[in-house]
This record gives sequence, C-alpha cells and structure tokens, in this order.
Amino acid sequence: MTLLSARSLTRRFGGLTAVGDVSLDLAVGEIHAVIGTNGAGKSTLVNMLSGEIASSAGQVLLDGADVTPWSQPRRARAGIGRTYQRTTIFPSFTVLENCRLAAQAAHERPLSIWERASGCRVTVPIAQRALEAVGLSSSAQRAAGTLSHGAQRQLEIAMCLATEPRVLLLDEPLAGMGAEESERMLALLLALKEGHAVLLVEHDMDAVFRVADRITVMVDGGVIASDTPARIRDDAQVRVAYLGEGHA
Amino acid sequence: MDFATFLVQCLNAVQYGLLLFLLASGLTLIFGIMGVINLAHGSFYMIGAYMAFVLAPYFAGQFLLMLLVGVVLSAIFGYVLEWAFFSYLYQREHLQQVLMTWALILVFEEVRSLAVGNDVHGVSVPAWLSGSVPLGELMTYPVYRLFASAACIVIALAMYWVVNRTRLGMMIRAGASNRDMVRGLGIDIRHLYRVVFAGGVALAALAGMIAAPMSSVYPGMGGSVLIICFVVVVIGGIGSITGALVASLLVGFVDTFGKVFFAEYSGIGIYLLMAVILVWRPEGLLSARRA
Amino acid sequence: MKARETIVPLFAALLLAAGPLFLTNYQQDLVVKVMVLSVFALSLELLVGMTGLVSLGHAAFFGIGAYVTVLASPEYDPGSVAVLLPLAMAAAAAYALVVGALTLRTRGVYFIMVTLAFAQMAYFVFHDTKVGGGSDGIFLNIRPTLGNWLDLASRVHMFYAALVALVATYGFLALVRRSRFGHALAGIRVNEQRMRAAGFRTFGYKLAAFTLAGALAGLAGFLMAANDAAVNPELLSWHESGAVLLMIILGGLGHLRGAVLGAAAFTLLKDALSNHGIVGAAADHWQLTLGVTIIVFVALLPQGLIGLPARLARARS
Repeated sequence: MTLLSARSLTRRFGGLTAVGDVSLDLAVGEIHAVIGTNGAGKSTLVNMLSGEIASSAGQVLLDGADVTPWSQPRRARAGIGRTYQRTTIFPSFTVLENCRLAAQAAHERPLSIWERASGCRVTVPIAQRALEAVGLSSSAQRAAGTLSHGAQRQLEIAMCLATEPRVLLLDEPLAGMGAEESERMLALLLALKEGHAVLLVEHDMDAVFRVADRITVMVDGGVIASDTPARIRDDAQVRVAYLGEGHA
Repeated sequence: MDFATFLVQCLNAVQYGLLLFLLASGLTLIFGIMGVINLAHGSFYMIGAYMAFVLAPYFAGQFLLMLLVGVVLSAIFGYVLEWAFFSYLYQREHLQQVLMTWALILVFEEVRSLAVGNDVHGVSVPAWLSGSVPLGELMTYPVYRLFASAACIVIALAMYWVVNRTRLGMMIRAGASNRDMVRGLGIDIRHLYRVVFAGGVALAALAGMIAAPMSSVYPGMGGSVLIICFVVVVIGGIGSITGALVASLLVGFVDTFGKVFFAEYSGIGIYLLMAVILVWRPEGLLSARRA
Repeated sequence: MKARETIVPLFAALLLAAGPLFLTNYQQDLVVKVMVLSVFALSLELLVGMTGLVSLGHAAFFGIGAYVTVLASPEYDPGSVAVLLPLAMAAAAAYALVVGALTLRTRGVYFIMVTLAFAQMAYFVFHDTKVGGGSDGIFLNIRPTLGNWLDLASRVHMFYAALVALVATYGFLALVRRSRFGHALAGIRVNEQRMRAAGFRTFGYKLAAFTLAGALAGLAGFLMAANDAAVNPELLSWHESGAVLLMIILGGLGHLRGAVLGAAAFTLLKDALSNHGIVGAAADHWQLTLGVTIIVFVALLPQGLIGLPARLARARS
C-alpha cells in the first residue's frame, strides 16, 4: 500500500539541476533505499519530500493527496518524519526531553503555562515509548550531548519516532558508526519496517543490500535504476556507474 | 509642483541616494564577506566629515587632493582597525559583534569629543564648485551637489570595474555568496578581509567628506545615517552591491519626495518602504545568497 | 543549581521588600530605577535568552508604554493605574505584534537590522510629529493612582509598585521557562529547523514571544513614566535598545537572574563612571570608559557576570 509518492520531482538551483524528474513510491512495511554517489541529489530529494525546500517541478503525494504546497511543519504533523545526516539533537537537553519536545509538536497546548513541561502526561509516555523502541531507555536522564556518536544517531531516530510518523525519511542513519553500532542500527531499521513506510538514504552498500526491499539508484540528479536488490546487483548500468565492476 | 521644482527634487533624491550608496556598499560588502555586523559603520562617516573639517584649512584650493588624502588615511585606518579589532569578531556570534561594535561607537564618539570637541561645524564649499547652475527660468541648482552626484557615480563605476573585472573583485563576489567556500579554496582570506574592510571604511569616510560641505558636521551624524544604511541593506539584500545601488536610490526618492509631500511624517517613509519590501521579499530585492 | 535559582531571588526580593526601611531617598530612587530597568531587561531576556531572537529595537515598546501612559493621563487629575497600565501594555504589545509579523520571517542579521529600523520609525513618530511633544518630550502632571490604596506620587508606594511588578514578571517568566511553551521556545533557539521538522509552526511561537516581550517592556515603560513623571523620545532610541541588550549580556544570557544582575550592574556602573567623586575628570567622558569596559568585558567574560564564579574557579585551578 503506497503511502508516499514522488512524481517527477525536480529541483533546480540557478543553472544546476540537482534533482531531475525523479519518481518513487514508499509503501508501508517496506524499506526503500536510495543510493548514489555524492552529489547525486539524494539529500535534496529527501529535503523536497519532507518539505524543507520547495520543488521546481513535480508532486509529492501522501496517501493520494497532493501535499506539494504544504509546509514542512504541516507535513510533519501529517505523518512525514525525517532524520538528518548531521545529528540535530539538542545537546543540552536530556535524552528524554529531546523526544518529549519532538512529541509536543503534535500535542500543542501552548497557553497552559502553569504546568511543568517535564511532567506532561501526554508527551512523556510517547517519548518513553520512542526511547524504548530504539533501545535508549536507560539513558533517559542523561544530557544528550554526552552520548556516544552511535547513541546520538539512535536518539535522532527516536526523536523522529516521537512525532508518531507514518513515513520515515532516514538520511544516512549509519553515518560515522562502527561495526557493532551499525549492527544494532540495522536491527532497529528492520524492526521499524512494521507499520511505517521507510526511505533509507545510505552509503554503506552491505547494509543497504541487507535491509532494503527496493533500491533506487541515482546519478547526477536522475534515477538510473529502481528495482529489487537482486536485480539492482545484476544491473550493468548500476555496476558501471556506482558499484564498480567486480562487486559480488 | 512645476517641472523645475520636480527636477530639483529628483536631483536631490539622486544625490542623496548616491551618497547613501557609498555608505551602504561598504556595509553590505563587510557583512556579506566577513559576516560581521558593524554598528560602528556610521562612525566612519562621522570621522570622514570631521576629517574634512580638520583638513580643510591645510588644503585650501585643493579640494580633490584633500579627498584623496582623506581616502588614503581612512583606508590605512580601516586596515589597522581590522587587524587590531575586527578580525577577532569574525568567529563570534552576532550578539557579541553587535555589542562590541556598539561599544566601539561610544569609543569613537568620545575620542572625537576629546580631539575636536562636540560643536557643530561647517565646511565651506571649495570656490570652483560653488555657485549654481540655472534650471529653467526660475530655479537654480547648486554646483556642489552636482559634483557630489558625479563623484559618487565615478566611484560607483570604479567599484563596478573592480568587482567585475579584477581578480580581487572575483574573490569579493565569491566571498559574498559563499564565505566558507572561499576559505576552503585557500585564498589568503585574511588579506582579502583586510582589504575589503579598509575599502569599506574609506568609502564611508569619503561619503562623509563629500557630504560635509552640504550638511553640517555634528556629533550625532553617525548614528542617524547608520540606521538608514541598514534600511538600504535590508531592502537591497545583503552582499549585493547592485542591490545597494537600487535600494539607495529608492530610499533617496522616498525620503526626498516624502519630505515634500508629508513634511511631518516624512521620517517614517523609508521604514514603511522597508516594511512593504519585507512582506514581499524577506531576503531583500537582490540578495547575493540564493535559496 | 535548582536551589540557587529559587533561594537567591527569593532572598533578594525579601531584602528589597525591607528597602524603604534602611535606604536613603537617593538610594531608594536608584533602586526603583534598577527595578524598572530589570523588568525591561527581563522582557528582552525572554526574546534573546529564551528564544534566541536578537532584537536591537526593544526600546520602542518600552517607550511606547511610557508615552501612552502620559498621553492617556488626564491633564490635571491622577490617572488610574487600572486603566493606564493595561493600556500601556496593550499599546506596546500591539506594535510588537505588527513589527513581529513583518520581521520574524527574516533571519539572522537581517532581523537585527529591521528591529532597529522599526524602533527608529517609532522614535521618529514621537520625535518629529505632534503626537509626542517633540524632542523635549512631555510631562506628567500628576502620577497615577489606584483608588485609595496606591498613589505613585508617594516614594514608598512607587517603590513597592516597582517591586511587585519585578517579582510578578520574574515569577511569570520562570513559569513560562519550565512550561511547554517555554520548552518550545528553547528548542527554537537551539535549532529552529529541527523544530519545524518535528511539526512545530515556529513562526507562531516566535511571534507570541515577541509580542509578550513587547507587552512586558510596556509594563516597564509605564513604571518609568510614573516614576519620572516625564517621557522623551530618547526612551525609544537605539542607545536605549543597545543599553538593555548590554544589560542582559552583562548579567549573563540565559538566566533570569542575569537580567536583573545586569540591569543593576549597568545602572551602577553608569552612575559610578559619570560621578566626579569616584573617577575624577574621566567622568566627563564616561562613554569612553563605558565603551572600553564593555569591549574588555565581552572579550573576557562572554558568559556575563553569572559566569564569573566559574571563571574565577578555573583561573585558580
């Protein structure tokens, strides 16, 4: 069941076409990976899907509805969540507060100034569930800035989960991670498939081939192939352009 | 309003706008390239004007030479100031820059006060530029104002040439749209900054020197011109010299004709203009930074 | 840390409450001035320290509050606090709403510049037009009263009115700080983009903070007008905007105590530097001393006075 679709998405910056005529579909229960060399336009694509930048042409459809003119906050509240390649947690807040604040976006009651935010009966449980899902419950009271890099990447995902999204746009969640941390993250990604439509932008090829249900390959802003991992692995064009000859 | 009066006001508007352009272009370059918001920029204008007052007796009959000397002195001053003070501000947050440069204004004001006092002064128009030209049958227009406009145009053309036709200009344009990239390319950024800063100071001081014979030389002149400068930069877009030119002229016209038609409320005219532009284009009309 | 945040202000408030008992008239006036400026500084702390919006035009709301107080007062009778105070705050808030709506879509240095420009616009309205009394300002013939209980013409009443206002503002902002709204503002300060990605309509939050800060500045303006019984356009000048910004940085950004500390330090510093008895001939050029002091201060103590103990501790170790 397709949840999020990109239809001929294009983004131009002056004379440069960063993303040209890209279409793809995200379905619930599926991890759709997008791979490509640096500068292929992957991050720009994610930015357009999440609403952070406007598209020059094309459409973004959520559940069949055209959300192209929607602002990022509106899309986020409609269920499109994203993580960033560079960690964007709030270092001076506690781990729990990071998630609780993210959860607050969907449960705004800004006029009530009497209650402590940290005691909010709606957002705290949501945050706790998000932390549990990524395995960070034991660090709940630590300052987020004191976490290891891998744990911060996990928190990044927890913050996204705290907004209770239906679509997860994950921008290089494995960035900078060691082998053990990567294993944990991959297990998490597989667990996240359930109930969510996941877009995974990644450089780590082994990881991508292990967890992806579909792979789209981008080169210079355009899509050169979009298929199952097995067929992508055998695709001659992809091998030349990206994987390099001799990849098993 | 008859045509001659209209023409006079137009000439006034252009002259005021061009003078603002000298100031604003320095400010927008300094901000666009070094990322420093400099509240003391108005003080350089004030220093230029007072410099004209102080130097005038020594350069009687050699007005252009005095301007040249003034430009050189202020460029040196700017170069040293960048090295001694401003270079420390680049890494700091906007807030600290605001405070440090605000404190610098206080320092400049007091040093000026100690050096030449707080009186209001006049600078006489050089003999060969005094007098008026006739406009139509009844009106005349001061020669000096025409000279001021001409001088600004010459400087604007020189700036255009430097920015668009020289290597230095190429680095300036690159720096204005992407500061980090320029650093990453290994260009001797410190030297570039110093030159740009010196240029900005010289432009502001020159504007002050040219303005001195027209308006009086008084203590608060730096502050009032600074804010108008900010309005110009906001309207024109940061880092864009063309934008500064367009915005300066726009402000010149709104302010001049505002005074004619709305007397009392003319002071707020340019801010209303800014408000309108902000609603329409929050980044300024011709911002060097694209989305 | 929590204890210091509540005990110190509480102790200070109690100490102040006993003020009129042991302070001389001159000292009382000085303390009232500090308390009024503290309210002003706290209102800016909400904007800068809590939300991360650096405004260089905050004096506009302060001045509008003050002017409205005087303009709305009857000529030969005392005005009522119950009318003048809300009116002053509402007028300041209204201008803040307009300015905020226009400026909050701009970023970084643009925002600093446009807030300055809009304050200057307000300054011109009071300086050049018939609305204000021109550059000389206007006088308040009789200070406001509140029924039979409060007469701001009385020095003691004025003192306690200022104290109550300060305590109320401080307490209110402390509540805001720990509330959901306050946490959202903090998130916006640290990373607005992240907040938007989570679903927050950040513009609305920033506008609310801006307007609220304007209203509180209007409160300070009301108190200033009532205390001085006079207003002049310089209350809206960029000098004033710069001074209040300096106060919160001097005291320490990000702390409510810092705003009060900074207001006190700035007022006392200015008073001392222009006092011949203390600095001799340099008093005539106090701006120079002040300017140099600020530069040295910001360079050495970026965390403000609040960071001083930590700084000293580090120097010692």
